[in-house]
Amino acid sequence: MTAAAAGGVAPVTTAAVAPGAASEPAAGSPAWLERHGLSAVETCRLAQRELARRDERFFSLEADLGDFGGFAFRDEFPDRYLDFGIAEASLVGAAAGLALAGKIPLVNTFASFALMRACEQVRLDLCYHGANAKIFGTFAGLQAGFSGPTHHAIEDLAVARSLPNLTVIAPADAVAAYHATLAAAAHHGPVYIRLAVDATPQVYGESCPFEIGRGIELRGGRDLTLVAAGLTVVAEALAAAELLARDGFTARVIDLHTVKPIDRELLARAARETGCVVTVEEHSVYGGLGGAVAEVLGEDCPVPMCILGVPDAYCERVAPHAEHLRRYGLDAAGIAAAARRLLQRKAGA
Amino acid sequence: MVLSPVSAVPRATGRQAALQEIAHTLRHHVVAMAADSPGAHVGGSMSVIEILTVLFFDGVLRVDPERPKMEGRDYMIFSKGHASAALYAALAERGFFPVEELQTYKQMGSRLAGHSLKSIPGVELATGSLGHGLAVGNGLALAAKHDRLAYRVFVVLGDGECQEGSVWEAAMAAAHYRLDNLVAIVDRNRVQEDGPTEEIMALEPFAAKWRAFNWEVREVDGHDVAALSQELHQVPFTPGRPSLLLAATVKGKGVSFAENKNAWHYGKLNPEQKAQALADLAALRGREERP
Repeated sequence: MTAAAAGGVAPVTTAAVAPGAASEPAAGSPAWLERHGLSAVETCRLAQRELARRDERFFSLEADLGDFGGFAFRDEFPDRYLDFGIAEASLVGAAAGLALAGKIPLVNTFASFALMRACEQVRLDLCYHGANAKIFGTFAGLQAGFSGPTHHAIEDLAVARSLPNLTVIAPADAVAAYHATLAAAAHHGPVYIRLAVDATPQVYGESCPFEIGRGIELRGGRDLTLVAAGLTVVAEALAAAELLARDGFTARVIDLHTVKPIDRELLARAARETGCVVTVEEHSVYGGLGGAVAEVLGEDCPVPMCILGVPDAYCERVAPHAEHLRRYGLDAAGIAAAARRLLQRKAGA
Repeated sequence: MVLSPVSAVPRATGRQAALQEIAHTLRHHVVAMAADSPGAHVGGSMSVIEILTVLFFDGVLRVDPERPKMEGRDYMIFSKGHASAALYAALAERGFFPVEELQTYKQMGSRLAGHSLKSIPGVELATGSLGHGLAVGNGLALAAKHDRLAYRVFVVLGDGECQEGSVWEAAMAAAHYRLDNLVAIVDRNRVQEDGPTEEIMALEPFAAKWRAFNWEVREVDGHDVAALSQELHQVPFTPGRPSLLLAATVKGKGVSFAENKNAWHYGKLNPEQKAQALADLAALRGREERP
């Protein structure tokens, strides 16, 4: 009898390097990045394969988007790779069934489809039942750039955050995405991780102290705090802090990779010590990171805030991802400009 | 491991009468729940009674009420979760929880909600939002195939429920993965909340739809316990394919004023209606005893 079948849960080994992979360089090291690149979905898929090698409970579940990094899993573990075709309700429902049977399904599809097309299956079959399934949503935010609003996912954090039992993670780069995948696997219960296909700026190296629910202070500062979550925007927040330093302001930068459960203590301390907070996310300004931080600070330590994200509208004009970020003020210059306006408000308050 | 069910009806002469007697008891419980609570889904509960009776009391489901999470058990997913009164009656009579607890149906503080909670012994999946059960059944059946385990998965669907597209996504996947350890039983009572299924959103040719999805389909009188027993003891109907049992039933079966009436999809029985319903059930029992 397996521990899972008996009602218990066998722990998942989470060492960052697979046993027997002696030639595998340390995660996040230059050699590792040389080998695996800076695409978060690719490093997540790498972690999925490592998990599957160690533990037969891991299954990869797909909805005809396995070509986004999933074929290596299929080739190595064909009997644990299940494609449900273009049918997300079927995909997520089956994940719940596999989880009920003690398996750990890794559900891979686009963020917009997993969280919105199959929202009710995520809500009831996975979250209500506390199913030990992990959802990996690719093309989160505006990463799908040219593809337009059907493939943008600017609502997924709001949806995910409102679902009880669901842990919600937005890793900052491909290195963090790798560690987040391992951490999600070791956590019993449903987890949502938002990802992207294209390479995104590197934030972490060999040291990535990723722990679910614990934000990471990337840079110290006393004048304001920049709180960011997700690919690209954490790196842009760090770059914005550099721009602000030229003006003589010290900006604290927090990678709040776990949007739920949120790190209340870290946020309240930052607000108390710096007096104002800018949040940055590639998501609607409603219901995502900004809303989550405002909920915490409104209760624990109210300070002037600025929520940077995608305005409350669908994005009608085609553009590459970088142009979308510039347009919405989510690049370093935009973040720094918003921070300066907030600093003026703080000074006048 | 002994999988023969506890307190199931012995497979001997008189078995049909004994199963009918259990069905009768379950209908009594549904009447009581529909009268003594804010209301119940009377129509769909009454139509599915014999299906549940044969699954739980005729040795079809290999389950043990003393060990509801027993490894290797068969799974029964009651996808038409609105008919919870019938499900609770069957689970209680089978011994998953005390029969007296049925009196708490929809009462404050009770776990017996109008649509089943996940925490009720014998409930494998909380259902009520329609169109979820078959896909989850696929996952359970896929796990059994992968691990070469012998358990089966039974999913009870409503006919109106099959208007949900997710049912057909799951039907496609079950056939694709050749899940012959999966059995779906459709309670074909032909009436949904707003009227006859064929007027609201036609399902026919219904059996042909399932056949076109590569399921092995059999049709049965869903109130004939002997016929249901014969079919459900023969699953899979064919190796390599999921089995679909299309059970022709009567919405509100046994309660004269509720039969085939969409107005009794859901309702609360007043004292006069409760008395009439009990008299109707007694008459039905009499007809069964003296066919």
